[in-house]
Amino acid sequence: MGIFLFFLLAILCVGGVLGMILSKNQAHNALFLVLAFACLGGLFGLLDAPFIAAVQIIIYAGAIMVLFIFVIMMVNFEEGISPEKKRWTLGLSAGLAFFLLVELVLAIRGTLGAMGRTGGETIGGPTELGRLLFTDFLYPFEITSVLIIAALVGAIVLVKKKEKE
Amino acid sequence: MIPVNYFFLLSIVLFVLGIIGFFVKRDLITMFMAVEVMLNAANLAFIALAKAAGSPAGQVIVFFVITVAAAEAAVGLAIILLVFRQKKSIKAEDMRLMKG
Repeated sequence: MGIFLFFLLAILCVGGVLGMILSKNQAHNALFLVLAFACLGGLFGLLDAPFIAAVQIIIYAGAIMVLFIFVIMMVNFEEGISPEKKRWTLGLSAGLAFFLLVELVLAIRGTLGAMGRTGGETIGGPTELGRLLFTDFLYPFEITSVLIIAALVGAIVLVKKKEKE
Repeated sequence: MIPVNYFFLLSIVLFVLGIIGFFVKRDLITMFMAVEVMLNAANLAFIALAKAAGSPAGQVIVFFVITVAAAEAAVGLAIILLVFRQKKSIKAEDMRLMKG
């Protein structure tokens, strides 16, 4: 079961990245990448890292790709799609959302880790990660918070339009 | 059940695909996406190593990589928007400000 799931996710992941390289449409590129990242989240789950799998899906496939799609919306002036096609995209997006939800639930319950177990005990529980973050990795943790503030302020200052005097 | 080597192999394939995408694509946003693919390939290698070594430290590093990638995406996309406002284009060929 585990090895079958690995090959399924690996093929989907590589296929998503290949689709990103071959497709010309930027919005399609972003969606292919969401697929690839979601599959990577599943692979993380197989590797006994349920917390990182959930973070991967929420932050990478969720937040970062939404940022990409917003920018693509701002720089592209192509015609919208026709109403007949719109119903089709509704189904597709619902399917993708369902896939992500199922993966998130599986990751949180640690089911994937049990399937892909390569021997040894579970190592990636949130408790252990939290303990490591606040003991051995405390300084990097604090520094990343400064980094995030800097990036936030930097992004806003860069994009802000200058006020007219 | 699953050999860790398989994950390393997949990580290498993804990294190479990211490099290919970076050099083949000609618009800034997709090039940026290719960079994200490379970061994720590195993450996969880290988690496979954490599994092989039986220690969660590798997973903590992946946590930091994801944070840095989020910050990088915010700033990078802001720069792409700025470039688009000035040049009205996001094609890599149009960026020759420093070519003289």
